[in-house]
Parts: sequence; structure tokens; C-alpha cells
Amino acid sequence: MNAPTFMARHDADPTRSPPDGRVRVSASSKSELRSGNDALAMAHRRVIAVAALFALCFSVIGGRLVDLAASKPEASTRTADYWPAVVRARADITDRNGVVLATDLSVASLFAEPRLVQDPARSAAALAAALPNLPVAELRSKLESGRTFVWLKRHLTPKEQAEVNRLGLPGIGFQQEQRRMYPVGALTAHVVGFSDVDNKGIAGVEQFFDNALRAFPQSGLGAPLKLSLDTRVQYTVREELLRAMVDFNAKGAAGLVMDAHTGELIALVSVPDFDPNRVGEAPADARFNRATLGVFEPGSTMKVMTVAMALDYGTARLDERFDATKPLRISRFTIHDDHAKNRWLTVPEVFVYSSNIGAARMAMEVGGERQRGFLAKLGMLERPPIELPEAGAPLVPEVWRDINTMTIAFGHGIAMSPLQYAAGFAAVVNGGFKVAPTLLAGGRPGAKERVVSQDTSDIMRRLLRLNVEEGTGKQADSLGYLVGGKTGTAEKTVAGGYKKNALVSSFAAAFPMNDPRYVVFVMLDEPTGTASTQGFATGGWTAAPIVSRIVGRAGPMLGVVPVDDKSTEVRRALFVALDGRRSPSAAF
Amino acid sequence: MMGPARTDNSIIGRWWWTVDRLTLGAIGVLMAVGMILVAAASPAVAERIGIESFHFVERQALFLAPAVFVLLAASLLSPIGVRRIGVAGFVAAAVAMIATLLWGPLLNGAHRWLVIEGVQFQPSELAKPAFAIVTAWLFTLQQRNADWRFGALAGALLCSVLALLALQPDFGMAAVVAAVWFGQAFLAGLPLLWVGIAVVAGAAALSAAYTFVPHVTERIDRFLYPASGENFQVETALNAFATGGPFGRGPGEGVVKSVLPDAHTDFIFAVVGEEFGMVACILIAATFAFVVLRGLLRLLREPDYFVLLAGSGLLVQFGLQAAVNMGVNLRLLPAKGMTLPFISYGGSSLLALALGMGLLLALTRRRVSDLEARWLIGKGSA
Repeated sequence: MNAPTFMARHDADPTRSPPDGRVRVSASSKSELRSGNDALAMAHRRVIAVAALFALCFSVIGGRLVDLAASKPEASTRTADYWPAVVRARADITDRNGVVLATDLSVASLFAEPRLVQDPARSAAALAAALPNLPVAELRSKLESGRTFVWLKRHLTPKEQAEVNRLGLPGIGFQQEQRRMYPVGALTAHVVGFSDVDNKGIAGVEQFFDNALRAFPQSGLGAPLKLSLDTRVQYTVREELLRAMVDFNAKGAAGLVMDAHTGELIALVSVPDFDPNRVGEAPADARFNRATLGVFEPGSTMKVMTVAMALDYGTARLDERFDATKPLRISRFTIHDDHAKNRWLTVPEVFVYSSNIGAARMAMEVGGERQRGFLAKLGMLERPPIELPEAGAPLVPEVWRDINTMTIAFGHGIAMSPLQYAAGFAAVVNGGFKVAPTLLAGGRPGAKERVVSQDTSDIMRRLLRLNVEEGTGKQADSLGYLVGGKTGTAEKTVAGGYKKNALVSSFAAAFPMNDPRYVVFVMLDEPTGTASTQGFATGGWTAAPIVSRIVGRAGPMLGVVPVDDKSTEVRRALFVALDGRRSPSAAF
Repeated sequence: MMGPARTDNSIIGRWWWTVDRLTLGAIGVLMAVGMILVAAASPAVAERIGIESFHFVERQALFLAPAVFVLLAASLLSPIGVRRIGVAGFVAAAVAMIATLLWGPLLNGAHRWLVIEGVQFQPSELAKPAFAIVTAWLFTLQQRNADWRFGALAGALLCSVLALLALQPDFGMAAVVAAVWFGQAFLAGLPLLWVGIAVVAGAAALSAAYTFVPHVTERIDRFLYPASGENFQVETALNAFATGGPFGRGPGEGVVKSVLPDAHTDFIFAVVGEEFGMVACILIAATFAFVVLRGLLRLLREPDYFVLLAGSGLLVQFGLQAAVNMGVNLRLLPAKGMTLPFISYGGSSLLALALGMGLLLALTRRRVSDLEARWLIGKGSA
């Protein structure tokens, strides 16, 4: 049917097209439509144009491919970004020397896609054989649920994973997850705290710094959180506390070692404690932090503050005497002395014999308002600024009457955590500068704030050393480390009064006393006397020996060089006589 | 070379010695590579949307045999047969497209598919090659009979097809159809002034779409100002080429396929870039370029006006689709859903492409002489 056209084309004379090859065309006029050959020639020319256009396009594509292949990929093409982890990674936590206290471990979790499971009954039986902790019935109901996804077990051990993998069951898979591990276990449990199964910090430093720890970049380059703890000292303190807890059949114990100048906590222990890798198994009591959350009446250790206050305000001189001839009556209360001398006592005697009557009289001379102000300056009246959610606020009288002034002078009618007491104690002995306790290595930045004069601090060092040399704190001494400290024994408060024979026995110390570097505080919760303590459960018999051992063991670790206790320089620096003289007599 | 003897005068024998075997080979390579790449990219997509892993692979394989049959069967046709198939196909596709508007299910916000006996297909895919044939025929009639009404009819058909596509809506397909039509009109001697007008009109249509169609605005803005918004697929695809480098991360080592929703269709080229690398991408692009350029260059010697217009129409459609797809993957063009011919997953698309390329092979077969061709055609149409 097209034959005429074909023929026409063959018969066509090429010369009929314009010599210049151009085609005159006007679509509006059909009479000027091109002849077959003209049209074909134009189409051929224009095909070249189309081909050239395509050649250009494909060349650009090729060039772009080379260009892209040579370019650097963005970091976001890493596989990890495409498979967002179920739980987010957290930064490591280390002690001051870089010992890892908390880290992330990649572990496999077992899940099932029940729709893909072929024989639920047989699969459940096989899984139960590999994972004896999982009941068959539960596994089977999960596998038969017909759901898209179901967890079977989170955080398998490598052995369990291998066992399950070996079964080769369809529809069963592993998801890699980050699990928080605490390599030192219970040792730092109360400080580091723990995180839940979704890696959210829910106790301790893990909770306090949760956001910062989670902000840890995926790249793994996040700097670990460095705590002030020294694992070695922590171990020592914990071991001694555990031993004392057993020896004295105590309900619990708390202890700490603090840098007297920076407030850095070198050790912070509360026992009983728990394994943060198995939090679920820990009883509530074990998870209670006695060192920072629990508050207790400090008892006689508070006399450190009372004497320092009286000396600092100048209401008492070292050789001034206070009437301790008979119990002190105020309204319906009577204040007794435990080691009553029934005479007038000098300031050193009040301190060393731990006279409640003397301390009360001393505080009354200072006055309630100034006492309150003094304790506030030491940071003892408000929640201590520690980096733990478990920080107990002190119990302080709302109305500060004379009776409060008197009882607080010897540590009753006020309650605070061991941590809070230790921070105030540090300020008294470190030369007089306020201490804000911290768990971060390097301490807190900020200007030093003087709260006690250098002279007062100097006298307090002598009195504390005297108390260990000749007073109730003898058992706290550790040869060469010049331990100075004060005992404290308080009856536990129960609703409406005090509980006889339920004591909180403590010892507050610092060493070396000629220039204190570390504060050591130990508290025992309801110790009972033993034959070796002649039945006593007081701080001098129970807590003081622990301090002695801690200092003896931790001193070398902390680089404190032992000195000759009897050397002239030491005696000159630390001498104070019971009568208040501050220089040794010619007899020495 | 393997094949029938030179003297074999059977249909198969003649076909073998006259067909463009290199183009046929290139198409075979593309189909095979496409099958492999769908197998590489689609299981991750299938798993993500919760269907059987090899669902797409199986369906693609199912379509492969009919596609090869259509390709070979179409390539056996004479130019007259091509024209008839084109016209018949166009009528069928037009009817089916009207049916999709009336009865087609609404999928992804458009009526593009018909479902018959559980088989889902897209009539507009068939319309693309068929319409190119019809257009070529009408332009040929216009030229031979010096009657402008045939050209006007071609224009009217274009408007109808564009209207049907706009109603679906499927602007991407409409753009391809329009581009192919104007390409053919250009070859058919559309005056350069009109070419200019067409370009201006195209630009105007684009800016109108930019102004009035929100998702077009969005896509072009994203292309022009990458920082302006979420551009997940394109950015991820782009990075895949960079990650792949010259030789790729290795088969199965890619990760973009598990996040790109269209990894097995519009963005399969990125999967290739990541897993097999730049060299493999260039080889694929080169294969497309080879088919298009070789086809066009062969048409340079083509004495038959209809064959020239129809063949170039099919080639432009094929090349345009490949270039646009690769261009989008490489962020040379704004995001536009367009499949990579023979490589992307898609049954209707595969069959339609097989038909289109089969028709092309039929048109570019060597005819010993025009006289013989006339004789053959006469015989074929008798």
C-alpha cells in the first residue's frame, strides 16, 4: 500500500532540493510541504542532533558517576545509622586512675518472629533445652502468638547464643544490644548506681549524669566520666567495713575517704551493698545508701564543731575552764556526761573527755543564732551538693531554742549524712576553708571560702591529735600517719525518743594531722559489743579501729609519707596539753 | 558465530541474519543484569515491608519469560506489522486507561492500575511505545500526502493522552509521552521556531506545575536548595555512590537497600553504585548509551520515513527514561519517579519495554533493498 511512496522516493531527483540543503518550511501552508527527500534529509540531520544530545546526557552521567565515586562518603552512611540501636550507648565511667567502673558491652538478645516459626512446639522444646531458665510453656505460647515480633530473652551470654544459634531454628533471631556492665561489681555500687534494661540511668552517678552519659557520641569517641574514687582505697574501706559489720554484728556501715582540701571523695562506701549487674536480686536495704542518703545524729563528733566555733568566735580560750561538776538541767531535760569527771574542765579536757555538759555550756556562750550561722557556713544545714540523686537533706530544728543549741553542741537534735558531716569536718581541719564534697576527679572549680580562721583550725588539729594520743580515740592511731579524730556514739532515734542499745557509732578523723590531706569517716549502724571490745559498742571501740586500719592500708596508696610520731617538729606542730598549753614544757 | 546457516531462508533464519544482533545482545544483557539486581536489591525491601523475601524476585522472574517472548515476537514483525501492532496497542491502551479512571483502584493516590484476575498492570506503560508508533505513522501520512490534518490529528491524540495521564494523575509519564512526541515532531521537520515555542511551552508548563502543584514545588525546591528540607531518598542514594567508590562494597554488602523505600525500583541504580561500584554503573550507563546511540546512528541510513520516526521515537523514550532515572539517582535532576528500563522491578514496565524494544528491533532489521522490502511487506500484508 505504500508502494507509490517508495517508488517516488527512488525516482526523486536529488537536485530538486535547494542547493544549500536548507528547507523552506511553513506549517501554515500545505502547498509548501517538503518533498520526501527533503524531509528525509532533514530528519537525518535532526537525528544527529538528538544523538548528540543523548551522547551529552550519558557523558554527564558518566562524569557524575566518576565524580561521586571519588568523593568522600558522609559519615552517616555507616551501618549503625541505618540500624538504630534498640538501646543507646552510654559513656564509660572510670575511677580517678582510669579503672573502668561502668562500660557498655555488646550482647545478643533473643527474639522470635512467630509468623515465621515453623513448628512452635518443637522449637519451644529445643529452645528450652538450650536455655533452661525459660519455661517451655511460656516459650510455646510466645511462638504460637502469631505476632510479628516478640522478645524471648534479653542479654544472652555468648555460650547461650552459641547454643541457640546451633539449633538453626527459623524465625528465631538475635539483636545486638548494648548492655551496661559494672566490672568491679558491688565495690562502687552505691556511687556509680546502675541503669535499667533500656540503658537509662536510674541510680547513683548513672542517674545524676544520665543525659551527659547518653550524649556520648555513637562514634565511640566520647570521653569517659572520670570519678574522684580510687578503686584501691574504695576496696580497702569496703573490706574493713564488711569485716566490722560481721565482727560487731552491725546492721550496716558507711565509710568514706575525702580529700580534705578539694572535697574529692577517694572512697565512698555503704554496706550492705549489691551487685549492680544483678540489681533485681538486691534487697531494698542493700540498695540504701547509708553514706549519703541516710541521716543520723552525729553525737560527740559534733563537739569538733562546737569547740571550733567557740574558739573562732573567741568566746572561749584554750585554757578556759567550764563547769562540769554536775549534770546540767534545762527545763525538763538533764544533760549528763558519759565519762563524768565532776569538776571544772579546760577546753582540751572537755574535748578529750567528751563532756556533754562542757560542750553545752560552750555553745550557750556562743549563742544559738551564731551557732546556727556557723553550721550554715560549714554547709551543714542544707542538702550537700553531691553528684548523686541519693543525697539526704539534714534534719535541723525549725525553731532554734536554747535546748537545741545545747543538744546540738554534743550532736543530738540534728541529723545529717556521714558525707555531710565529713565535709564540715574537713573545713575545720584543712586550714579553715569550706569544702563542697564531689565525686568528680579534679574537684570543683571556684574560689576558696574561708569559714574558720587558720588559728582555730590549727588548734583543732592539735586537739584531735591529742584525742587520739590520750583520749577516746586511741584505737584510731596508725603508726606514722598522725591520725587525729573524734569519736561519736548516738542512740538511734525512734518515734518519740531514743532507742537504748541501738547505737550509731562513728569516728571522724583526718591524717596526717600536722597538715591534713585526707578525712576518714566511719559509721557503724547498730553495732553490738564483743569480748574483744569488753562489751562496748561505742565509737572508740568499734569505729576507731576501722579508721586505724584504713589509714594504715590506704596511706601508702595515697602517697602519704609516714613520719616519726615522736620527732621534735611533729610534737611542736601538734602539741597541746590538757591544761591548754600549746608548747611542750622543758621536760620534753 | 552461532546461528542459522546463511542460506537458511526460514523466518527464523532471515530474522537472525537481518536483526541488529548487537542491540539485541545489549538488551539481553540489560534484562539479565536487571534480574540479578532486582534479586540483590528487593529482598531487603520485601523484608522491610513484611512480605516474603523473594516476592519481587519471583514476580520479576515470572514476567521475564513473557517479556523475552514479546521482545522476540515483536522483532519478527515487518514495518507494516509494527504499525498495526502500534495502532491496535494504542487503541487497547486508551480504552484501558479510560477504564482505570473509571474502575481502577486508588493506589498511592492515583488511578494508574487495572486489576484483572488478580494481575495488576499499568495500561499507560503499553500506551507509551504504541503512541510513539501511531505518532510516527501520522507524521508519515502528513508528509506523504502533504496533508496537515494528519499532523493535527497527531496533536489532538497527544492532548487526549496527556489529559488521560493528567487525570490519573501521572505527570512523569505525561512528560515522557510529550517529550517523545515533540522529539518525533522535531525529526518530522517541525520548524525551529515551533521547536523554540515548544521548549518555552514546556518551561511554562514546568513553572506552572512548580507554582500550582505543591509536591512539584517541594521537589524542585529540594533539588535547588538541598538544605531546605528532608530529601532522604536522594541524599541517601547520592551517598551510596560515594560509599561504593569505584568497585563497590561488594555484593550483598550494601545498606541503602534496607532504608530506601524504592531501592528495587526508582533507586536501584544507587544500590548498584553502593554494592558493585562506579565501574559497574558506568558499564550499565554505557549499555544504555550504546543501545540509544547505535539505534539513532543506524537510523541515519534509514531510507524509510516511518521507520525513522517510529524507531527514533522508541529510542528517545528508552533513552530518556534511562537518563532521567540515572540523573535523579545522581542528583542531576529533581526527584521524579521513573524506572530504569529493564533494570528496575516492575512487570508492566518490563513487558512494555520488551514490546517497545522488540518493535525497534523489527524496524531496524536490515532489509536487503527497498524493492525486496516492498515485496516482503506486500507478502506480509497480503
